[in-house]
Amino acid sequence: MGAVTDSVKGFGVTFSHLFRKVVTTDYPFEQPKTAPRYHGRHILNRHPDGLEKCIGCELCAWACPADAIYVQGGDNTDEQRFSPGERYASVYQINYARCIFCGLCIEACPTRSLTMSNEYELARDNRRDLIFTKEQLLAPLLPGMEHPPHPMRLGDSEKDYYVGALTNPGTSAGAERAPWSQQHTADGSGSAGELS
Amino acid sequence: MADVVKAGSNGVETVTLTIDGVEVTAPKGALLIRVAEQLGIEIPRFCDHPLLAPAGACRQCLVEVEGQRKPVASCTQTVADGMVVKTQLTSPVAKKAQAGIMELLLINHPLDCPMCDKGGECPLQNQAMSTGRTDTRFHDHKREYPKPVAISTQVLLDRERCVLCQRCTRFSDEIAGDRFIDLMDRSAAEQIGVYRDDAFSGDHPRSAIDEPGYEQETAEPGDEPFNSYFSGNTVQICPVGALTGTQYRFRARPFDLVSSPSVCEHCSAGCAQRTDHRRGKVMRRLAGDDPAVNEEWNCDKGRWGFRYATASDRITNPMVRREDGELHEASWSEALEMAAEGLRNARDGAYGVGVLTGGRLTVEDAYAYAKFARVALRTNDIDFRARPLSNEEADFLGSTVVGGTDVTYADVDAASAAVVVGLEPEEECPILFLRLRKAYRKGGFAVTAVAPFLSRGFTKLDAALVEAVPGGEADLLRDDPRVAETLRAPGALLIVGERLATVPGGLSAAAELAARTGAKLAWVPRRAGDRGAVDAGCLPNLLPGGRPVIEATARAELAGIWDLEAGIIPSRPGRSTDQMVADAAVGRLGALVVAGVDPADLADPRLAEQALDNVGFLVSLEVRRSAVSRRADVVFPVAPVVEKAGSFVDWEGRLRTFDRVLTTTAMTDARVLDAIAAQLGVALGTGDVNAVRRELGGLPATRADRIEPPRVSGIGAARPGDGEAVLATWHHLIDLSRLLEGDEYLAGTARVPVVRLGKVLAERLGVAEGDPVTVGTERGALTLPAAITELPDGVVWVPTNSPGATVRRTLGVTAGAVVKVSAGAPAGPILASGGSR
Repeated sequence: MGAVTDSVKGFGVTFSHLFRKVVTTDYPFEQPKTAPRYHGRHILNRHPDGLEKCIGCELCAWACPADAIYVQGGDNTDEQRFSPGERYASVYQINYARCIFCGLCIEACPTRSLTMSNEYELARDNRRDLIFTKEQLLAPLLPGMEHPPHPMRLGDSEKDYYVGALTNPGTSAGAERAPWSQQHTADGSGSAGELS
Repeated sequence: MADVVKAGSNGVETVTLTIDGVEVTAPKGALLIRVAEQLGIEIPRFCDHPLLAPAGACRQCLVEVEGQRKPVASCTQTVADGMVVKTQLTSPVAKKAQAGIMELLLINHPLDCPMCDKGGECPLQNQAMSTGRTDTRFHDHKREYPKPVAISTQVLLDRERCVLCQRCTRFSDEIAGDRFIDLMDRSAAEQIGVYRDDAFSGDHPRSAIDEPGYEQETAEPGDEPFNSYFSGNTVQICPVGALTGTQYRFRARPFDLVSSPSVCEHCSAGCAQRTDHRRGKVMRRLAGDDPAVNEEWNCDKGRWGFRYATASDRITNPMVRREDGELHEASWSEALEMAAEGLRNARDGAYGVGVLTGGRLTVEDAYAYAKFARVALRTNDIDFRARPLSNEEADFLGSTVVGGTDVTYADVDAASAAVVVGLEPEEECPILFLRLRKAYRKGGFAVTAVAPFLSRGFTKLDAALVEAVPGGEADLLRDDPRVAETLRAPGALLIVGERLATVPGGLSAAAELAARTGAKLAWVPRRAGDRGAVDAGCLPNLLPGGRPVIEATARAELAGIWDLEAGIIPSRPGRSTDQMVADAAVGRLGALVVAGVDPADLADPRLAEQALDNVGFLVSLEVRRSAVSRRADVVFPVAPVVEKAGSFVDWEGRLRTFDRVLTTTAMTDARVLDAIAAQLGVALGTGDVNAVRRELGGLPATRADRIEPPRVSGIGAARPGDGEAVLATWHHLIDLSRLLEGDEYLAGTARVPVVRLGKVLAERLGVAEGDPVTVGTERGALTLPAAITELPDGVVWVPTNSPGATVRRTLGVTAGAVVKVSAGAPAGPILASGGSR
């Protein structure tokens, strides 16, 4: 007799859940929204003309508590210019097998070149693919941007770039926003890098 | 009360003063900043350097001295009795003064620390943090200069970063004697620059602009580049990032580098160094701090000449010559077996095996070769000398040099006079040159050069010249009253270079002269491993530990230590390099084991290559593919210095031990020899560097008699006929050496190869300064621009191994030979012209 009551009780629990809020998500068909400042994959931003903001100073690598970043500086020349000023990063790698997404690198960056996106789909099936190279980390070229190397278009010296950086943020604008919010940025220029 | 005078230093006048409330007794005349330092009080400074004269240029070290109206610079203030000093730690006045100076310095200093090479190890950065203000009150445009200026191919100048401390100019002037850089302009526009005329040009008729160097804002045409052999030290002592090295520019950050102590492998000076590396790659090398040897300096060759080890022609696997006559990569076991078989056949054959070790080996490796030759190959045919040599030299090394540590750098400091023969200190042992110059600057020290002319280096030592025609040095040493008179002074030194070996009777006369006058005798070879090879027994007449081959006692001692049956070590001296080469060329040598020898360095490169072609069996132990490894039957890869532990013995006889910097799988020569010996059925016991060190350390001093000093009489200089001259030659510091390959920025500061000839000869030939002059022999000729120098009549000088002047290869002769001299380039095609980069 008790068995019938018990199973009714049990089905009652199941039945009551039909009226509760659903906790499962339809991932990956529907991407969950992250918090706006969620620490996701890094982005190397560009100046509005497409030159790289990174100057290869290695301060991010120095700040990194997990030793996940490897940078090798290089020399800009007038023929081969990747960033304003003298120095650029000829090699830039972040190892996502080591990265703990603490964001200290972002704080260390003196040119606001390195920011974090909201992208979290970073699982790979081997360790080698977890080392992201500069090509993967660089922000995509927006309309009006030119693929480096090219000469400085926004002024005669690197100062014109650095001084104008706040009013002329290039791809930094919206870089820290979620991919789903990029259509809604104020100037419409924001882009948070595509999935690689 | 603290005491900074060393206990027991009686007789030193002292004063007692108070610094920050601590009473201290210090030697009279000491600088305030040093005394404070010894108390543990650090006063910030930029211009002050313990090895440079005080300047008081930067004013950062201001302290308050009671009774003085204004703060005083502690780097120029000497201590006085009863002085009461307050530093920034106790005095608000000093603290404010220092913060003010720092603020002024930073007004024009750019905030480009993230991209500056000095960032992270920068005294300005550190001291701005420790003693500067937290914010700036200067909100205007900073001074800007085009940057960087390449003041030579290897040194770059960022003038806007400069704080005008004058460390670089004072170093160049005081220590190196190369006044290529100085303060220019005045007031706010004052800056460091290179000269725009040739008043200080010396040997440098060309400009840095022509160099395939740095693609940057360069110096203006006509500027005199900073082509000093010691320019790298200015980069190291620059307290800001104003001077940076082209080679290291933007390559790494200091906080990302692992620093390992090391020893320079280039010359016999034995400099302590610091090798900075990351991820298994050497990024830069700096001068180490060793007051007894190199103080805090090194030369540019040691600092920047390290790329050879990462050249693309590194040998990584053993290679053997197969039936098709080509070299193929092979397994270690196959190569070892093949090498052992070839060596065994040759050893048991009629002509035996020879071993050429070159002068680049560590003591441990040299000992392994010496033991391998005696024990596994049962021969004394081993010679480290990869250069023109004589049997007289072997006797001299065995009688006078081996095991001795008579003369040290400290003796040079304290000497009253030095006679230098067969050695060009600035070119061949730069740190010895700096010590000689230090002694000269101190005063009471006179240098006498026995040389054909006073070179730039000797001019900087203000040396007296005893004019010698190459070949005639022996007679001068025996008979010249000036030389003997100089050496009779107490504390006099007779410094002979390895080049004296090419003068018959030269080393005999030197040893005899030193004995006669009581002067101390020093032998200065050119390569780092030379002196160690003498002590380790890589000579046909010497066994390890200075044991003469001909002494039965010596052989018995070694047979006991090595656990050998009597008679394994041959009782007769072996063949020298020259004899082995001559024998091998005509097929009278069964096999050769060659380590790190470039045939182009030998007395006759053409004959040497013929010898390598004709020798029955050739085993090569090499770091990189070379003229030897190309001809070898079996090639073994060995570790470059940076990838192994070892020791060098510098010219003083001082052991310079170093550890492995980079951990790789590369093996030392000693370990490879151990493996070959095992195949030959001999336990060499040199597989591990510590085992070799233990064995070497356990080697007792010998009871056998020393070799008698050589008594060879001189034959005098050759007498040139019409249109002929006697050849004088030595190496430039930066030349076509295999160890400098890949360092193109360094090559840009090499001295320009010229033919030097006297005025009389120039007039007879009708050439003016800069005109082409051809020096030739029957084998070939080389043409270089003329430099009219004060030379004895009938002498020409050319560099030994510089671009366009490969004397031994092109001419087939060495110093003292008679060569033909003519104006202009030779008619017709030059078949044997010198090599060029």
